[in-house]
Amino acid sequence: METLFFTIVAAVAVLSSILVITCKNPINSALSLVMTFFCLATFYVMLDAQFMAAIQVIVYAGAIMVLVVFVIMLLNIRSETGKRSNHAVAVSSILAFLVLFEACYFLFRSTPAKEGMGPLTSSVIEQVGHTELIGKAMYSEFLLPFEITSLLLLVAIIGAVVLSKKKI
Amino acid sequence: MLEKYLILSAILFSIGTLGVLIRRNAIVIFMCVELMLNAVNLTFIALSRHLGNIDGQIFVFFVMTVAAAEAAVGLALMVAYFKNRESIDVEDINVMKW
Repeated sequence: METLFFTIVAAVAVLSSILVITCKNPINSALSLVMTFFCLATFYVMLDAQFMAAIQVIVYAGAIMVLVVFVIMLLNIRSETGKRSNHAVAVSSILAFLVLFEACYFLFRSTPAKEGMGPLTSSVIEQVGHTELIGKAMYSEFLLPFEITSLLLLVAIIGAVVLSKKKI
Repeated sequence: MLEKYLILSAILFSIGTLGVLIRRNAIVIFMCVELMLNAVNLTFIALSRHLGNIDGQIFVFFVMTVAAAEAAVGLALMVAYFKNRESIDVEDINVMKW
């Protein structure tokens, strides 16, 4: 049952990601990307990562994609007319296929690590709650990276403000 | 159980790579980069669940933060470029081309 569900959602994810790169109109690409993000959120729920699924929908499918769609509509971009040459498409396809081949090669060449060695199991997630586990890890072990993230966001805010000034 | 997630992630990542290479619209290229980041996030969460260690999911959190910062700065760059050149086709961005 779970495998069937996985197959259906994976097919939707792959199809919508192919639509992202084939649609002529950027708005259609953006909506297909939102569909892919929702499929990925479904996978996160299947992997017992409910908090990650929630912020995938809120931050990615919500905030970031709204920003992208907003900019597409603001700039009033026409659909692409000229295509890249056939040579460029062929070489790019070969490169992308090589990436896929390499990933699958290393995947099947290696032996998987033993499952469930660590403390995070289904029963722990069910008893403690995923959000609480994430919070405990983030505010104890990962406190310094978390604080540095605030610096990154500050730089991003300043960068966006400077770039959107009248005269640059 | 783990392998199918990793294979799906590899497929999504290579579709993203293909999109970055064949498209000319800068915003579509940006969306393909987001797709690649999400493929990596799926790998992180699948492996975190497989190994029973929550560190991978914290990394996903940081990747999402970086993606949000990238979206803000990248889209501001595109708006600034469009104001100057009336286009966001990457073929037109050639002022610094050697």
